[in-house]
Amino acid sequence: MGLPIEIYLNVAASGLLTGLVYGLMALGLSVIFGVVRVVNFAHGEMMTVGMYVAILAFATLGIDPLVMMVPIAAVLFVFGYLLQTGLINPFINRPEHSQFMLLVAVALILVNLQLIVFGPDSQGVRTSYSFDSYAIGPLIIDASKVYAALAAVAVAAALFAFFRFTLLGKAIRACADNYHGALVVGLNVKHLYALTFGLGTACVGAAGAMLVAITDVTPTIGPAYTLLAFVIVITGGLGSMPGALLGGVLIGVTEALGGLLFTPSAKSMFAFGILVLVLLFRPQGILGRKLS
Amino acid sequence: MIRHLLDGVPRRGIALLLVLLAILLAAPYLVGGYVLSVLFLILYFAYVGQAWNIMMGFAGQLSLGHSLYVGLGAYAAAALYVHFGISPWIGLGASIIISGFAGAVIGFLAFRFGVSGVYFAILTIAFAEFARIGFDHFAWVSGSSGLFLPVENYTENDFWNLRGSPAMFYYLMLAMTVAAFLLCHLLLKSRVGYYWLAIRESPEAAQALGINIFKYKMYAVVLSAAMTSLAGVVFAFYYNNLFPEQIFHISRSIELILGPIIGGVGTLVGPLVGAFLLTALAEGLRELMLQIGVEVPGVKQVFYGFCLLWVVMFLPDGVWPPLARLLGLHKTERED
Repeated sequence: MGLPIEIYLNVAASGLLTGLVYGLMALGLSVIFGVVRVVNFAHGEMMTVGMYVAILAFATLGIDPLVMMVPIAAVLFVFGYLLQTGLINPFINRPEHSQFMLLVAVALILVNLQLIVFGPDSQGVRTSYSFDSYAIGPLIIDASKVYAALAAVAVAAALFAFFRFTLLGKAIRACADNYHGALVVGLNVKHLYALTFGLGTACVGAAGAMLVAITDVTPTIGPAYTLLAFVIVITGGLGSMPGALLGGVLIGVTEALGGLLFTPSAKSMFAFGILVLVLLFRPQGILGRKLS
Repeated sequence: MIRHLLDGVPRRGIALLLVLLAILLAAPYLVGGYVLSVLFLILYFAYVGQAWNIMMGFAGQLSLGHSLYVGLGAYAAAALYVHFGISPWIGLGASIIISGFAGAVIGFLAFRFGVSGVYFAILTIAFAEFARIGFDHFAWVSGSSGLFLPVENYTENDFWNLRGSPAMFYYLMLAMTVAAFLLCHLLLKSRVGYYWLAIRESPEAAQALGINIFKYKMYAVVLSAAMTSLAGVVFAFYYNNLFPEQIFHISRSIELILGPIIGGVGTLVGPLVGAFLLTALAEGLRELMLQIGVEVPGVKQVFYGFCLLWVVMFLPDGVWPPLARLLGLHKTERED
C-alpha cells in the first residue's frame, strides 16, 4: 500500500484507544456472564441508552459526557438491579435458551423504544475539545479518545479492585465459583446476582457515555454493539476480566486498520474474521481457561 | 405410506387440519388482495418457522441467524434470474447448495469445537452479519443499492419464471408449508427424528448410547438451512427487490423465530399457530394505528417484544400445548 507508515500508526493508536472503551463495554458482559451465567443479549441496547442520556444531558444542560458517566452508570446500575430481581432471577433455573429469549425480548423492546423516542437519525456530541489533539512523535491523537480511554481504564481498574479486595466482591466471586456453596454459607445469592447484573450494566452505561464523544449513535446500532461485545468476550476468553480488555483492544485495532485498508463500512467483517479464527484455533479465547 | 403418515394422529386432529386446508385453499376466491397478502405472510412465517424448528425444536441448536439462509437463497436465485434469465426452479438448486453449504460451515465450526448453546447462537448471528456487510459490498448483486427483479404487468401467470399474481405465490407458499409440515411430521417419527430429540434432551446421554451427535446435528443444520433458503427464493420473486440491509438483518432472524417460540418450540403445529397469531395481531395493530392516524416506526417491534416477553415468562412451552389440551389433541404433540 502506498500510505506512509505514520498513517497506519495513527490509525492503530486510535483503534487502541477506542478498543479500550469497547473493552469496558465487553467487561460488563463478561462480569454478568461470569457470575450470573446469563448472557445479556440487550447489552448493546443498554449502551445506546447510556449514549442517548449523555447526548440529552449535553444538549440541554451542557454537561460533559465524561462527567455524566457517573450518573448514567448509577441509573443503569439501578436498571440492571431491577431487571435481575424482577425478570431474570425467576429464570435462573430455566433452560439456557429460555433465559436468552427473555433478554432478546428486552433488547427488542429497548431498541425500538429508543427508535420511537429519539427518532432514526444519528446524533452525537461536539464538546469544546472535540477537535483537539496531542502530537506524540509522529502520532497525532484525538484528545477526546485519550480522555475516553483513560476513563475506561479507570473504571475497569476500580472494578478489578472491587472484585479482588472488598468483602462484597469476594462474596460475588464465591457465588460465581459455587452457587450451592454460596447458598449454604448463607450468602443472599439473588441479591448478589442483582448487584452483579447492575455492575455489568453500569459498566456498559459508562462505556456509552465515553463512546458518545468518539462516535455518533442511532437507535438501531444497539444490536451491532451487542454482537461486538460478544465477539470481544469470546476472543478474550469467557469470564476473564483482563481478557475482555485485551479482546477490546485487539478488535479495536483490527477494525481501525481494516477500515483503513478496505472501506470503513466493511470494518466489522474483520472482527467476525477474528471470531472465526479464535473459534477454530483457540475456542476458549486468548486468556480463557480450557473449555470443559 | 399414508398409514404411516396417519399413525398415532387423533382423528379429530386430522379433521381439523383438513378443514383448515380447505379454508386456505378456498381463500383466494373469498377474500380481497389485502387479506390474501396477510395470509401469504402467515404462510411464509409458518414455513420458515417450521424450518427453524428442525434445528432448535428437534435438535436443540439455537440459531439466531436464519436470515442468512433466507438472504443467500433469495440472492442466489434472483441474481441468476436477473443476470442470465435462469428460471427460479433451476436457481433454487443454487440456493439450496449455497445455503446448505453455509449451514454446514457454521455447523462444522461450532460442533467440532464444542461451541454450543448461547455461543452457537452468537456464531450464527455473526455469520448473518458477516453476510450482510459482505453483500453490501458485493457489486455483482448491486451491493447496498439493492437488487431489483424486472417487473411487468402480467396478464397471465408465468409459473416457470415465477412471474404473476399474488394468488400464484399464495398457492406456492401454501404448498411449501404443507410439504414442510408433512416432512417434519415424518422426520419426527423417523430414526433421525428420535436421535435429534435425544440430542436435544441430553447430548451426553445420546453420545453414550452411540449416536454420532456431530453427524446428526450437521443433518439438522443443513436441512434447516436448505429449507429456509427456499423461502428466500419465494421472498425474492414475490417482493422483487432485495437489500442486504433488510434481508440479512438480525431483526429478520428474530421475527422469523418468534412464530415457533410463541406457538411452541419443538411442536409441529406451533410454528403455524405462532405465525398466525403474531402476523394477525401485528396487522391488526397496524390497522389500528392507521385508524388513529399515528405512524411511528418501531411500535410493531415493541409489540413483538412484549408478546415474546409474555410468552417466555408465562407460557414457556408456547401457546400450542395448552391449546391442544383444550381441543383434546394433546397426544399428537411433542413426542418425547
